[in-house]
Amino acid sequence: MTTGTPRPPGNAPVVRAPRTRAPRTRSGRIPWVLVVPAVVGVLFLVLPFAGMLVRAPWPTMGARITEPDVLRALWLSLSTATAATVVSLVFGIPLAWMLARTGFPGRRFVRALVTVPLVIPPVVGGVALLMVLGRNGLVGRYLDAWFGLTLPFTPAAVVIAQVFVAMPFLVISVEGALRGADRRYEEAAATLGADRVTIFTRVTLPMVLPGIGAGAVLCWARALGEFGATITFAGNFPGTTQTMPLAVYMAMQRDPEAAVVLSLVLLLVSLVVLATLRERWVNAA
Amino acid sequence: MRPTGPAAPAPDTFALDAGLRVRRGDFTLDVDLTAAPGEILALLGPNGAGKSSALRALAGLAPLTGGHVLLDGADETTTAVEHRPIGMVFQDYLLFEHMSALDNVAFGPRCQGASKAEARARAAELLDHMGLTAHARSRPRQLSGGQAQRVALARALAVRPRLLLLDEPMAALDASTRIDVRARLRHLLEDFDGVTVLVTHDPLDAMVLADRIAVIESGRVVQRGEPAEVARRPRTSYVARLVGLNLFQGRGEGETVVLEGAAPDGPARVAVREPHRGPALVAFPPRAVALYPEHPRGSTRNVWRLTVDGIERFGDQVRVHLDGPPSLAADITPAALAELGLSRGDTVWAGVKASEVECYPA
Repeated sequence: MTTGTPRPPGNAPVVRAPRTRAPRTRSGRIPWVLVVPAVVGVLFLVLPFAGMLVRAPWPTMGARITEPDVLRALWLSLSTATAATVVSLVFGIPLAWMLARTGFPGRRFVRALVTVPLVIPPVVGGVALLMVLGRNGLVGRYLDAWFGLTLPFTPAAVVIAQVFVAMPFLVISVEGALRGADRRYEEAAATLGADRVTIFTRVTLPMVLPGIGAGAVLCWARALGEFGATITFAGNFPGTTQTMPLAVYMAMQRDPEAAVVLSLVLLLVSLVVLATLRERWVNAA
Repeated sequence: MRPTGPAAPAPDTFALDAGLRVRRGDFTLDVDLTAAPGEILALLGPNGAGKSSALRALAGLAPLTGGHVLLDGADETTTAVEHRPIGMVFQDYLLFEHMSALDNVAFGPRCQGASKAEARARAAELLDHMGLTAHARSRPRQLSGGQAQRVALARALAVRPRLLLLDEPMAALDASTRIDVRARLRHLLEDFDGVTVLVTHDPLDAMVLADRIAVIESGRVVQRGEPAEVARRPRTSYVARLVGLNLFQGRGEGETVVLEGAAPDGPARVAVREPHRGPALVAFPPRAVALYPEHPRGSTRNVWRLTVDGIERFGDQVRVHLDGPPSLAADITPAALAELGLSRGDTVWAGVKASEVECYPA
């Protein structure tokens, strides 16, 4: 037999073998030019996690994870990332709708602006936020003077920094879902007497729910990992603005083992959330 | 049977009076439509003729570049889609997947301000009328094609429209269910007292479902009339092909019509039943054509020597396409074909009795 596929035992040689086993119908050898880089790529992505698992201080793990500092940072991270996702949904979905469903002047320009936070270094975003919302910022000075509101270095600032970097993921994802949705369903709703708001809430939104879910997951993950804009705009105060990524970085300076522990916690939380939501949302998209 | 009114109702009884003019790139739609209350008007035409555009223009989904839409005397030309007194059944029904059949039907009444209970009661009543009570809780994807069509019809009727628009209502169904679904749809449409405009490319749908037909080609109405009239006296080669007739244009000179188109031995002539003068259309069915190996003797007044262009099965008959002038189709039995021993390129004599030839003004 020249083919690599073994026949099941007892299966007599098939007479019309030339047709079913014709060499031409075999898919060719897997090209090594593609396989080798692919394997290297996978190893590169997986090995660091393996290294972290190997170097983790397993015997003291339980005690370290339940330290109040760790728990506080974890709670701050989870709550701010969730808040940032909610804020992003509230503003991002209408923005995505505007970009996908209307033809207002300058739409392309706005779309380009929305994607800017995706490509600029988050630190730059943090600086920009300080310039606008800082105590002496363009808007911040009036917030301070009129309402006594000071945003920088508060948990609210953490959320703002996260929204700034994470909302574009949601907007792009939802806009894609809206563009992919069959608009004739919206026409059908219009012929039934639905105004645009009703069409949006009762027809469009349910249709693009998987896309919104996928966008929200991306957005939440990005917010959870946010570092640069947070440390610039919100600072690094344990308990109020020190999120998990900041805590990892600080721990790295004095106690690398603690950093590994925190990193593992963050990794675990991310995986659990992604796995749970993936079942419900992402696959359906 | 519905009482069939006069072919063209008096102008003051028009429930629908529309002049639809749409220009989009190279395509121009210029169609005038009128219909009496309770009447079912079919827009019949080939793909891309503009019949769906006409329907969308009536619904307000596509903007008019000119014209008007009057419904029950009220000018709806510039009314927004959601405020028009219309109901629409789309080609693939477009039922909302995330709602049950009942909620799909209740959607319209809810949008019109009915309470949830009222809307559901109305929806349940309509579904019951459609024989779908057992499927009220079903999601659209659990329904068969015919059931989905009835849910879509119920959803469109739930808003109590004055104008019901059906876009290719049979197109999404497989052939085996069409006969039943078509008959049922006709039955349900008979209860509707507003105007129904139906778009289809299938002449059978138009013949069975409609009271009147408007044939649309290249954005214009090329023929209007009752189904029987359209089927008997087609005005364009497209309609002739749809209803299965040979159609020729010519000029009547008494009992013969001289057909258009030059030929080496002069234009072809067709003897007709009733004398006619001036521009005329001549039609006869393929089964009226008899084929002979030699020039036939007898009373047949129309005899032409033609070349076989192609042969195909057609039901239990064989359709022979003959190259003219005049070029025509003949339906003969398989036995006759075997006797003649025809194949492509052979010449054969074709005869048609004058009494079988329909002649009418062009």
